[in-house]
Order: sequence, then structure tokens, then C-alpha cells
Amino acid sequence: MTPTELEQKSIEYRKKILKYIKQAEAGHTGGSLSCIDILNVLYNEVMNVGPDNFDSPDRDRYVQSKGHSVEALYVVLADQGFFPETDLETLCQYKSHYVGHPTRKVNGIEQNTGALGHGLAISAGMALAAKMDKKSYRVFTLLGDGELAEGSNWEAAMMIAHYKLDNLTAIVDRNMLQITDRTHNVLNTEPLEEKFKAFGWQVKEVNGHDFAGLTKVLKQGAFETGKPNLVIANTIKGKGISFMEDVLKWHHGVPDDEHYKQAQQELLDQELLFKAK
Amino acid sequence: MELGIPNLVAFAETMEALAAEDKDIIAVTSDSRGSGKLKPFGERFPQQIVEVGIAEQNLVGMAAGLASTGKKVFAVSPSCFLTARSLEQIKNDVCYSDNPVNLVGISAGVSYGALGSTHHSIHDLAVLRAINNINIMVPADNFETQKAITTAAQLNEPTFIRFGKRPMYHLHSSATKFELGKGIKLKDGSDLAFVATGETVYHAYKAAEALEKDGTHCTVLSMHSIKPFDEALLLETANKCQAMITVEEHSIYGGLGELCASTLMQHGKALPLKIVGIPDEYTVTGPQVDIFNHYGISPEGLYQTAKSLLLSELST
Repeated sequence: MTPTELEQKSIEYRKKILKYIKQAEAGHTGGSLSCIDILNVLYNEVMNVGPDNFDSPDRDRYVQSKGHSVEALYVVLADQGFFPETDLETLCQYKSHYVGHPTRKVNGIEQNTGALGHGLAISAGMALAAKMDKKSYRVFTLLGDGELAEGSNWEAAMMIAHYKLDNLTAIVDRNMLQITDRTHNVLNTEPLEEKFKAFGWQVKEVNGHDFAGLTKVLKQGAFETGKPNLVIANTIKGKGISFMEDVLKWHHGVPDDEHYKQAQQELLDQELLFKAK
Repeated sequence: MELGIPNLVAFAETMEALAAEDKDIIAVTSDSRGSGKLKPFGERFPQQIVEVGIAEQNLVGMAAGLASTGKKVFAVSPSCFLTARSLEQIKNDVCYSDNPVNLVGISAGVSYGALGSTHHSIHDLAVLRAINNINIMVPADNFETQKAITTAAQLNEPTFIRFGKRPMYHLHSSATKFELGKGIKLKDGSDLAFVATGETVYHAYKAAEALEKDGTHCTVLSMHSIKPFDEALLLETANKCQAMITVEEHSIYGGLGELCASTLMQHGKALPLKIVGIPDEYTVTGPQVDIFNHYGISPEGLYQTAKSLLLSELST
């Protein structure tokens, strides 16, 4: 897809994220909207994975460490054909597999996540296995910037560099907000670039809503042979909806009817504007 | 009864035998290669051992990722750290995500008795029993250890195995049948039952031999499989015996004893029962054998417990 097509796809995804969160009266709205462009690029442009090869040992792997933004992942997986989108009508309902964090009961999901600070270590194991077996698949994981306060990330970061897992790419959805406050007020996890570099990683920073930029950096493969890759994606929590952007309460805020209508209207306007271009 | 080798060494030897046959067998250690007696394994199979440093959370999380690709992973670390520091990784990355990691808790219970409670693991069975999708095995001797490890490698399911580091007496012949979910009857008698697990089984067996001389006939069960648990064997034994003593190198809370009590009660079976293990107190320290003696986990202690239990049984 071209960056323009990806951008259009993201508008569609945002509509669906809001639709299913509104229906379920639950979800992590802000974070799903901040990471959706990253997932869009990963699944539509970068990763070699889909319903047809999900059981292949050679597939690329994606582990969503910031599991709470699962609504973004559900919408993308449905679009990829892993399951019918109508399944999402059951989001968070009694006995539905579409729960508030990823589980392998849902086709297309690699690992159960939700407790923060787990995805990087699991990804390390997958990437190490690829090296052991001389396979060329890549492993991607998405971390939150607030999540980086979990010490387990840094255990994994050290080990990943030690084993030179350049087939692993960690992406930080750096939206600068977490449930309580701005990340730097809760616990400053910055400077991320310097920290990861000191841990032996190669780091690139990108606008997490720039499709061309994301595509370029994520498609690239190892930034430097023998070093793991960190992509700091600067994002806006609640991106795409004017009154949600960078506003704390939308971390897991569910829009009321009026807000919902306004949000969908904004997305419709974006779509119309897009078509008029 | 002949003295064997430490279960730890039996484990390491079994790992070598398995790795020689299967290149997907991987040991993962957290600076625990020496403690786990895996140095020879590492020298022989350098491609099949992964060191993560002193980082147990990463040990288990990374092991889960390896296992997700089809590797047969044994994550080896002192049980005290493995089942506490990385409990969330066990719960989520191994059990919930169904990644078939074999978690090997070395120097379990009070094996590191003199090092203090930081190094004791008398909580591990309790916490892991409460987590869905994990087998729990506590081998009593070299035979059970070797069988537990080979069974785990074949099963390819989330599994926890724990044992200590002292040489153990041989309790079984090589013809003994070992199966996950099935206890092993070492001795048959209808007066009293010792239901024991792990390294305490030997002590129960010796107590039973002493009681035999007094005319008290005991059943001795080795319940190496804590989860799944052999309820049928327990109930059959309870129906036959007058009283029961459970023995474990674990807190009296949440381990074998409470498992037996709960099973018996829920099947409407009541009999005089004593749970012998580590009580809920600031645990004494010292060599494992001294801690065992202190809490009555010894042939003499269990003999006395049996006598008083049977005496109270007669007086009621």
C-alpha cells in the first residue's frame, strides 16, 4: 500500500476501534488510537504474516507487550482476515474470546499479554530461536513508554543485545501519557534513546503517524548487523479525534453518545477530505 | 537401601541423555549452570544451553518465547527465585499462554537451609497449585527424578519439577511404573498411612519400618505428582487405614497436606490426619537435615507423630 492508502486505511480502523469500544462500553481508547498507525504499517506493509501462514514456523511474529491497546490489534487482525469482523460484536462479553487484552484464543494473536513488561522477553526467546535455527523471520514487539518502568524490560534489553538479536525490533509507542499522568511526571523513563543505546541497541526515532516514515524504518531490517533495533515512535494518545488527542481521561475513557457521534463525524470528515484530495 | 546421587545430578545426567537425542532440548539458566550441575551439559551441548544472567523474570519470559517456536525448554534456577521472582512470567507467559516450558526448581524446600529464608522455597507448591495449566512433580529419588524429567520432555506441557541437592536413597527398582498423576505405593499396611512427597518420602519410609517392628503396619505413598493428583490412590488408602500423616518439605499451608485434607473431606472421608511440614513461623535455619529434625520431618519425628496420632485415635 502507498502511504496515502495506509492513511485512508487508518481512518477506517479508527472508526472501528471507536465503534467496538462504544458497543462494549469498555476499552483502552487513547492507546489504541496512538498505536493504530504502527499496526497498520506492520500488518499491511512490513510483516510476512497472515491467516494463510500463521502456523508456519517461518512467519514473522508480533507480540503486543502493551496488551491493553488490544482493540487496535483486533481491528487490524479482522481486516487481515484472521476472523470475521462481526466477532468483535462480542468484545468483553461473557465467555467471548475477545477480551480486554490479547489471548491466543483469538486467531492471529501470538501471545497472551496484558501484564506489562512481558513482551520483550518473550520476543527475545522467539528471536533467539530464529538465530538457533538459522531462520530469517523477524520479531516485532510494541511497548508503551510508561511500560518501560517495568524492570523486566531492562533484563530483556540486556540479554537481547548480549545475544546480538538484530532480527528483533521493539517499537515504543511514545505517547507520553499513562493512566495517572504524563509519563515524565509519574516516572521519567527518558532519555529512551540514550538508555537503549547504552544497552547496546541501535535506535531510530520516527513520527508514529507518518506512514512513509514508519514504513521505511520498519521495513529496513537490522539497522546495524549484530544489534537489536529500537524504534521510538512519537505518537499522540487519542490521535485522530480532536478532543481526545493528548488528553489523559481517554486512556480508558469510553465516549458517551454525544462524544461518539462527534468522533465518528470527525473521522467521516477526514475521509471526505481525503477523497476530495 | 542403597544411597544414590543427588537428584540434582540425576537431573543433569538425564538432561544430557535427552539432549544427545534431540537438538531441540534447551537448558536455560540464570547464572545457575553450576548450581544446576549443568556445566558438563554446557560443555557437551554449547548450542543447547542459554545463559540469561541473574535475571529470573527474563529467564522464564524468554523461555516461553523459545518454547513457542517448538523448542523443548528447561528453565533451571533455584526454586526460591524461580517461583517467586518470576511468578508472573510463570502465570502469564508459560501457563496462560500455554508455552510448554519445563520449570526446574533446584535446591528446593530448605535445601539451602543455612542460607536463610531468602533461599527457602516452601511456598512453591502452594502458589503453583493455584495456577491453571501446569503439571507439578516432586520426585523422591534418582529414579523418580529421571522419570519426571523424561516425562516432562515427552509431555511438552507447562511443568514444574523441584528437588534438592543431597544424595538420595534409592526407593524404587528400575521396573517401577512412573506416571504423571499417579502416586507410587512403596509399602502396604492398614494401620497408618504416610503420604509423602519429594525428599521426605525416605524419612516416612524409615519411620514406617520402625513402626513395623512395633507391630504397626503402614502404607507409604510417594506422591511425586502433586498436579494432577492421584485422588483415587489417596482415597483407597484412606479407606483402608486408621489414620494418615502427610509429609512434605513445604509450608503446611497449600501443599500436599492441605491437598490431601481437601480431597478427603470433599469425598466424605474423615480420619485422624496430621500434616507434617514447615509451620507458619520464622523458619529455623541450618543444614537441611537439622531443619527436618526440628520440624519432625525425620524417621524419629514421624515415628513419634505416628505414635501420638494412633494413641489419640485409640482414646477417642
